[in-house]
Amino acid sequence: MRPAFSIIFLTTLTGAGQGLFLLLYATEMLHAAVTPGFYIGGSLLVLGLSALGLLASFFHLGHPSRSWRAMTMWRTSWLSREVIVLMGFLGMVLLYLLAHWSGLGLTAVLGGMASVLALGLFVCTGMVYVAIKVMKEWVSPLTVANFFLMGCASGATLASAYALVGAPDLVPHFIEVALIATLLALLGRSAALIRNARLKPTTTLQSAIGIRHPRIVQKAQGAMGGSFNTREFFHGKSDAFIRAIKPAFITLAFVVPLALLAAGLSRPWLLPLVFVLQYLGLLAERWFFFAEANHPQNLYYQIIS
Amino acid sequence: MTQLALVIDLNVCVGCHACVTNCKQWNTSGSAGPLLDANPYEADPTGTFFNRVQTFEVGTYPNTQTVHFPKSCLHCEDPPCVPVCPTGASYKRKEDGIVLVDYDKCIGCKYCAWACPYGVREFDEQRKVMTKCTLCVDRIYDEALPESERKPACVLACPAGARIFGDVHDPESEASVAISDNGGYALMPECGTQPANHYLPRRKTALKIQNEQLYRSANPLKVEGTAPLPPSSEDFAT
Repeated sequence: MRPAFSIIFLTTLTGAGQGLFLLLYATEMLHAAVTPGFYIGGSLLVLGLSALGLLASFFHLGHPSRSWRAMTMWRTSWLSREVIVLMGFLGMVLLYLLAHWSGLGLTAVLGGMASVLALGLFVCTGMVYVAIKVMKEWVSPLTVANFFLMGCASGATLASAYALVGAPDLVPHFIEVALIATLLALLGRSAALIRNARLKPTTTLQSAIGIRHPRIVQKAQGAMGGSFNTREFFHGKSDAFIRAIKPAFITLAFVVPLALLAAGLSRPWLLPLVFVLQYLGLLAERWFFFAEANHPQNLYYQIIS
Repeated sequence: MTQLALVIDLNVCVGCHACVTNCKQWNTSGSAGPLLDANPYEADPTGTFFNRVQTFEVGTYPNTQTVHFPKSCLHCEDPPCVPVCPTGASYKRKEDGIVLVDYDKCIGCKYCAWACPYGVREFDEQRKVMTKCTLCVDRIYDEALPESERKPACVLACPAGARIFGDVHDPESEASVAISDNGGYALMPECGTQPANHYLPRRKTALKIQNEQLYRSANPLKVEGTAPLPPSSEDFAT
């Protein structure tokens, strides 16, 4: 697939926002000694990240003005469900923020609902890809698990950087969570990479055109110039680039943050840098997530694939 | 239940692209607006087509077969593109099984094109909506046209008669008979999409000569018992 940057930003930004919110709410539930301002600032960060992600997603659409229609087919479409849950999550975080700001209370209930929506949003985002049955690289429970783990990892890293300002006492705890989440995300993503490396395609050129012969060579693709099929379904990068980006994102998104987070226990000024580096690594990871998926329609475009 | 579909005979298709051009002509002239035709005379021409013909060479020289392979929406009975659509723009008609896109509802997210294993949906960069073969739904029911022309544009254009249009749920239809008589098959059966369009395989076209064709038992001369004399060489002399 050709990775779309709008979707890469949507999934990474909202993922970090969801992870951060889950940690904020957990902090509140554990009755940590922090001021309401910590939750208000944190919720603002969550809202900012998620709103940026939502904004990025509009660039993916041909007709953004009709995007409200995307909330209508929740009975069958995971994409529709994702849109609804994302809107619900944004609204509930806003209510949670207002509850803290006004001192009305109810933050435990509102935060709990927002957390359920955050978890639901991870499931919806993952299922958007799992639901495409023809994309074997995505059809695995690991897809959902990894969206969750990577969102929690970057959210926790951000929480540790944010706590430098609002709640310095909590920084070591957030670093511990970030270390665990990043380690689990590394395991989950590695498992997905190993699984995908062993995948055997069930659809072949033989079944694509229905001719059972071992030697079939494509002579013409139906158009001399490019088409939607040759643009949308191929990443267009060299094999060397694909080989290079895999270790690059593993290092940047998981290995370097693990090392720097551990170092951050004694040198807290590193933490904002860790979040930026990990976020860049996750951008590369999401790019690869799309590029790695080999669509069966590519069988009809042998000269490119 | 009716399921309209195309049956494409790979044994007959000569790869002339007449179906492609007639499809584009009809569908670019419709009420939905023109299909993209960008840089037609430049280095990188591109555009939206509902139907494309590809060519494959099967086998090793000298034992090769050139197979021309027309590809358009297969109007699956279980279309993976329909349930994933977040707006309901992508739908399958109950009355005749045609899979269509409501261009006024489509937000252009391209999710349906990802779900389709055949790559037959094309995003129109000009109209910013997903487009696909409509089985010429604006033709086949048009009572202003003579009945013989109430067929998809590609079927009417095919000079070799490689495309058959009909109801594949009606066992008596020309399309169903062609499928059952000639081993018609569906593409990528492992995807579970149950395509309505079928393809007829390459087959050996042996000339079958019955004895009666060489020796007419009903020849009147034979019946009368007076066999004609073989022609003498004089008959041909000038």
